[in-house]
Amino acid sequence: MTAAATKIIQPLPLNFTNTTARSPDKALFHPLKTTPSSSFPASTHKLRLTKPNSTLARRRSTAVFAVSDVVQEKKPKSNTFHPNLLITKEEGLELYEDMILGRSFEDMCAQMYYRGKMFGFVHLYNGQEAVSTGFIKLLKNEDCIVSTYRDHVHALSKGVPARAVMSELFGKTTGCCRGQGGSMHMFSKEHNVLGGFAFIGEGIPVATGAAFTSKYRREVLKEGDCDHVTLAFFGDGTCNNGQFFECLNMAALWKLPIVFVVENNLWAIGMSHLRATSDPEIWKKGPAFGMPGVHVDGMDVLKVREVAKEAISRARRGEGPTLVECETYRFRGHSLADPDELRDPSEKAHYAARDPITALKKYMVENNLASEAELKAIEKKIDEVVEEAVEFADSSPHPGRSQLLENVFADPRGFGIGPDGKYRCEDPKFTEGTAHV
Amino acid sequence: MERDARVCVMGEDVGHYGGSYKVTKDLANKYGDLRVLDTPIAENSFTGMAIGAAMTGLRPIVEGMNMGFLLLAFNQISNNCGMLHYTSGGQFTIPVVIRGPGGVGRQLGAEHSQRLESYFQSIPGIQMVACSTPYNAKGLMKAAIRSENPVILFEHVLLYNLKERIPDEEYVLNLEEAEMVRPGEHITILTYSRMRYHVMQAAKTLVNKGYDPEVIDIRSLKPFDLHTIGNSVKKTHRVLIVEECMRTGGIGASLTAAINEYFHDYLDAPVVCLSSQDVPTPYAGTLEEWTVVQPTQIVTAVEQLCR
Repeated sequence: MTAAATKIIQPLPLNFTNTTARSPDKALFHPLKTTPSSSFPASTHKLRLTKPNSTLARRRSTAVFAVSDVVQEKKPKSNTFHPNLLITKEEGLELYEDMILGRSFEDMCAQMYYRGKMFGFVHLYNGQEAVSTGFIKLLKNEDCIVSTYRDHVHALSKGVPARAVMSELFGKTTGCCRGQGGSMHMFSKEHNVLGGFAFIGEGIPVATGAAFTSKYRREVLKEGDCDHVTLAFFGDGTCNNGQFFECLNMAALWKLPIVFVVENNLWAIGMSHLRATSDPEIWKKGPAFGMPGVHVDGMDVLKVREVAKEAISRARRGEGPTLVECETYRFRGHSLADPDELRDPSEKAHYAARDPITALKKYMVENNLASEAELKAIEKKIDEVVEEAVEFADSSPHPGRSQLLENVFADPRGFGIGPDGKYRCEDPKFTEGTAHV
Repeated sequence: MERDARVCVMGEDVGHYGGSYKVTKDLANKYGDLRVLDTPIAENSFTGMAIGAAMTGLRPIVEGMNMGFLLLAFNQISNNCGMLHYTSGGQFTIPVVIRGPGGVGRQLGAEHSQRLESYFQSIPGIQMVACSTPYNAKGLMKAAIRSENPVILFEHVLLYNLKERIPDEEYVLNLEEAEMVRPGEHITILTYSRMRYHVMQAAKTLVNKGYDPEVIDIRSLKPFDLHTIGNSVKKTHRVLIVEECMRTGGIGASLTAAINEYFHDYLDAPVVCLSSQDVPTPYAGTLEEWTVVQPTQIVTAVEQLCR
């Protein structure tokens, strides 16, 4: 084995300006240069959905070009002073609050875990809030989302109450899944959160199925106004998994109303994306299956939101799926059990400087969308929400024995017929949870 | 499918081709390409897709072109089909039916001759049934479609050509019940799927020799119908299980354990289980014949048990 083969390959250094670097866009926002003026120059006009400037794109002459105009949203009402801003004040405050909620909640999870209130595998989302907020805040309640084990914040963005998520993490009956799912299985029928999956990739087909239902309702059940969209969130590691490719194929084949959102945080536990992937530019895999592939700065909630608007609108119009690769980063380890020793401190520092919350705050204040005081008030409000969630979870009961056998089957006759001829679920030991199945 | 517009079929070649064993013949003409969906060859993903569709209101029937192919869908069948109702705290139901032809055929080779019921039986949250006649195939299929639970329906490659008169009126069978095929007094023979026919063939010989076997087609592989089985054991005191699963870890192994646990006091002899050999099903006809249980072995086993 040569020395080169055994060297740990670090991700590309920060000043790497080749087009194969993480941000193939000529950096619109260079993290190491502080630009005093507005730093979110996301274009609201032509949204180019592939990268014609990239040398790699030029090499691949079969790259599908999808150039589409951003759907013209209603002109924001209260923006007479700033016609070029991407958000109104209300929208900005909503985005800010959602990201603060995600961050505070996850920080509280870390505290609670180390205090022995939360157990098992807990995967925190710190740093990636722009993706969850940027996408999910554009959805209707009837739209569905599917996530992975890093799912707390997706559930929160979709509207699952913080107390329900916290309770679930504490393993209490008042959790959104009655304490039966845990950190990696957040579900909500009310808010159309279809999970929470522990194995990477296994949620993508489920999301594809939800999108299939949407199309089926429109075309078979003749519910002409059914335009529900599904978002599937997953990471860079998942993009080497068969289910990813199989679902890209089916979604494009049947033009399903789904957006595949890749949260590329460069690391799958300790496996660098670049060590695992022959062609690390995930967005390019979309056109291979006949759908647009987009790369976006996932640390910038406004850029994510602009791309999300177009992708979601495409799906709603019946034009089919989009693959969106969000360049993002997790500030913490893979899970609370991960010592996080492999990642270069300079890489962490680079992304810490691009904290999406700090960036949005800066944008709002500099463009006079909100004052520091207003934002502080939101932070305080969220602190209280999270504290209340913990109190609620703490004071909620643990599941009793009787809960053990409920929910195994939707129809408990599935436990079968006992020796006495009666269905076993009619045996009182079943409701007590003491029966043996 | 006519009764409920949410019922749909997904699988390889189920649409235009009508199914590898023509189970879905002409359905695509009648109901369209979306309700009878020809999928690409991606078992894990289209099974997962069916599960996602079931969670959001549809009632899909997934066909494994050969049940063996569903090994590729084990991830989805175990984690999402079986467990998702529980891990979601009961919020989402998965009313899917997963069906297809399995079992040992005529020299189809090892991979096309598998018995997946032994691999799937431990998955919590699913029901498994095996049909063996046109009558119970229809009844169990309807029951499976209407059930709110995920059901795996095992058909057999060699049983599709059976012909039988079945009622014109609608009927639905009970997923959890076994079928009394031939009442008797001397011995309880428990079987399912194709082995039912080997048992009935052996039964003819046994009757001529003066034996009176009670034959039960257990139909419900998970859960077992302990009532029908138990009543029989209490009557005959002798049990022979005849199955096509391999010796190790098959349905017969579980059934033996269940009978020993519940009806030990009623047994006059140990439970005997005749299974296929723990061997990849060989291609050669002679070898294949020796891997599965043949009627002569059943006759011998009964004679020994009833000694």
